[in-house]
Amino acid sequence: MSLEILGMSVLWLFLFGYVIVGSIDYGAGFFNAHSIITGKQHILSKIIQRYLSPVWEVTNVFFVFFFVGIVGFFPQSAYYFGTILLIPGSIGLILLAIRGSYYAFESYGTSGHRGYAFMYGASGLLIPASLSIVLTISEGGFVSLVDGNPVLDYVALFTSPLTWSIVVLSIAAVLYISAVFLTWYANKTGDVKATDLMRKYAIGWSIPLIIAASGIIYELSSHNEEHFSRIMDLWWMFALSFVLWLGTVWLLWKRKNYGLAFGFLVGQFALAFFAYGISHYPYLLYPHLTIYEGFTNTAMAISLVVVFILGMALLLPSLYLLLKLFLFDKNYVQGNKNKEE
Amino acid sequence: MLFDDPVYASRLLTLLTLSFHIIYATIGVGVPLMIMIAQWIGIKKNDNHYILMARRWAKGFVVTVAVGVVTGTIIGLQLSLLWPRFMELAGNIIALPLFMEVFAFFFEAIFLGIYLYTWDRFDNPKKHFLLLIPVALGAGMSAFFITIVNSFMNSPGGFDIVNGQLMNANPLAAMFTASMPTKVSHVLATAYMTVAFMLAAIAAFKLIKGSNHEYHKKALYMTMKVGLVFAIATALIGDLSGKYLAEYQSEKLAAAEWHFETEEGAPLLMYGVLDENQEVKYAIQVPFALSILAHGNPTSEVIGLNEFPVEEQPPLVIHYFFDTMVTIGGFMIFLSLVYWIGIKRSWPFVKANWYRWLIVLGGPLSFLAIEAGWWMAEVGRQPWILRGIMTVDQAATTSEYVGHMFILFAGLYLVLGIGTVVVLRRIFKNDPVEKELEKMQGGDPS
Ligand code: HDD
Ligand code: HEM
Ligand code: HEM
Repeated sequence: MSLEILGMSVLWLFLFGYVIVGSIDYGAGFFNAHSIITGKQHILSKIIQRYLSPVWEVTNVFFVFFFVGIVGFFPQSAYYFGTILLIPGSIGLILLAIRGSYYAFESYGTSGHRGYAFMYGASGLLIPASLSIVLTISEGGFVSLVDGNPVLDYVALFTSPLTWSIVVLSIAAVLYISAVFLTWYANKTGDVKATDLMRKYAIGWSIPLIIAASGIIYELSSHNEEHFSRIMDLWWMFALSFVLWLGTVWLLWKRKNYGLAFGFLVGQFALAFFAYGISHYPYLLYPHLTIYEGFTNTAMAISLVVVFILGMALLLPSLYLLLKLFLFDKNYVQGNKNKEE
Repeated sequence: MLFDDPVYASRLLTLLTLSFHIIYATIGVGVPLMIMIAQWIGIKKNDNHYILMARRWAKGFVVTVAVGVVTGTIIGLQLSLLWPRFMELAGNIIALPLFMEVFAFFFEAIFLGIYLYTWDRFDNPKKHFLLLIPVALGAGMSAFFITIVNSFMNSPGGFDIVNGQLMNANPLAAMFTASMPTKVSHVLATAYMTVAFMLAAIAAFKLIKGSNHEYHKKALYMTMKVGLVFAIATALIGDLSGKYLAEYQSEKLAAAEWHFETEEGAPLLMYGVLDENQEVKYAIQVPFALSILAHGNPTSEVIGLNEFPVEEQPPLVIHYFFDTMVTIGGFMIFLSLVYWIGIKRSWPFVKANWYRWLIVLGGPLSFLAIEAGWWMAEVGRQPWILRGIMTVDQAATTSEYVGHMFILFAGLYLVLGIGTVVVLRRIFKNDPVEKELEKMQGGDPS
């Protein structure tokens, strides 16, 4: 494996991690706000607070890891994407800031502020939507070079059906991933009402998800034919992913083994995400930037990989400890020792 | 200017974001250490007051960490959005410490999560204490790595430029540059110092407001002592920073000192104003002091600003930033030293309200010194973003609307800043010390 591919794979893996843990977080915020508005707050809030509060910072680091890592491995991407993304990036950052401060401001405020909870929920949908724009841009067709500097064509971007299919997909994916996870988690806590509610949401969002995903592939066939034909070469990965999706829905329907259902879901997204990534190869930004042109020097690449391996040796045991204490600890999960300050 | 010059707007936005982040970052670096000290004393002396101190500080820390993480994420991405050319170059040489920093964050975030939510889950309190070590270490490492990046910007190294092309990148050499030792240690020492004085200010304020509880007295004494130690360290390292500047960035030192002509036995100027002929007026002159600061020798030669081409001279306003920082540093050493001796010798005035007001003032002043220090270091690097290699004009984004983003972020920081204050006040108002102590052990502190 070349260093370019190794670097990209590591980053893509972390981005995938962010998609999963971030979606759980974003979706939960939305369901929380939704339940406040529909007066079902008592059912969900406790679960959401108990699972999310200790881990949201860790979620955020996945994101930081990705954008710091990509500048390290592919410095030219900082130039191209940095220049184009000023406005969408800034808006995404502001939304992220609203969310991040929610945990601090709201879990301590004696009385939850409805407006803040609402913004928090809304930002949970707007962030994936605004971040997903990057994927759309990377498909090419929206960026031109003027005097050697990349310029983004906003009109073309916002009138393209591709943009909106990707936005819809990102929102559906967030809600679906989150709902399946929370079904499993609520079931672990023994909270029947919450489990039922989340299961209903999970099944409800599975259909829009698959429609949006197929829609994007269809859009690509006209927007970026090169990419489309490479996707077709990888049809078997997408097919497998679809089978796993069926598995999740079936288990949810039968109210069986929610843990396995979530496992299938991770598999489904991993397959689709990596198939998409592989078919995107070698471009970072069609047609201006490939991973080969944008790559850093060998000395830097090797040292980044070494640091990555050392860092993982430190992190994996720590992450395991965190999950053991909060996600898999029976007493904590059921709220018996929930003496958080 | 703001709306039609992306370079100017990018500078202002960077200034704004960093000045805001550094407040929370400083708290993020310093507070874990203070919690550690308090909890350690509490376990050693079996004194619930110190345990409660650790607990209360940790509670407030949750709030500031969240804002620190949020603003840090902003600056991390904003560097690429505002300075794409710089990050493209930097990615090739100095990406390593940035990458390492992410692991430090990860490490800190994981253990902080565990620490905060497990106060009562261990039977042995020492185990819970152990969780703090990775938190404090992670926070210190974050500061260490990011300051390495900043050192690189001031004294680039670890690569060669051949025909305008970057060659022979050596990531490790880029990390250990000339300004790295003084910069990193000065930043760490000032963070610990500032946080100690911030906590002292809170304790002093409570005492002034009529609470006569042992808890606040212990907190005040402990934090002033820690603050004194780090304030002295700060001044010593600050002196070394001056020597670094004299050797490697003499234009910055000269501009900070309004030292125009190269001369031997140079005096140090404090305060004052410049008239239209660039003559210094109303300044206090300390004979030979600049030569001592620069080279540790009263008769040594200090290079003046006129040796540099005009377009490479930093703005002269950094003189005031430098003065502010040094004045506050000296004042805080004096204040905490007198307090410490006063308590030992039972001088009554150190317990008087007017003295306590001075201590209260010391908290915000220390933060002001941090800001002034960074403004002097960063504005003093102008016009360079990477000293001697790339200027800010070359590095800045070419996108439009940077000025509008400035307004947007200014609004955000306003909300976050006010939110922090309101939420912190609410937390501690609802749970005063007296009530929490009763909850812990019927009010008995042992
Ligand atoms: C509580 C804050 C504080 C205090 C009391 C001081 N400093 Fe400082 N100083 C900083 C906070 C700071 C800082 C924020 O940490 C800086 C900004 C950039 C850096 O590396 O550290 C800094 C930078 C800085 C620089 C510039 C380094 C560079 O540009 O590379 C010098 C020469 C000094 N300091 C010297 C001093 C001296 C002689 C002090 C005497 C007491 C002093 N500082 C007190
Ligand atoms: C430690 C890592 C840091 C990095 C990588 C960094 C990077 C930068 C960059 C890219 C700029 C824009 C170029 C310029 O205008 O000079 C800048 C400017 C600035 N930074 Fe830093 N900075 C760091 C730390 C800080 C901190 C903690 C502060 C805190 C206050 C700070 C204060 C400023 C100021 C005031 C400016 C504006 C200077 C001007 O344009 O007049 N910096 N910095
Ligand atoms: C250009 C300069 C800087 C950048 C790009 C930057 C980046 C970041 C990022 C991305 C985070 C959030 C990490 C997370 O998700 O957990 C963060 C937080 C933090 N930063 Fe900064 N930072 C800068 C300057 C500084 C400086 C100068 C210091 C210390 C002196 C510092 C200390 C911290 C600390 C301790 C945190 C953890 C949050 C907390 O405990 O409050 N940062 N920073």
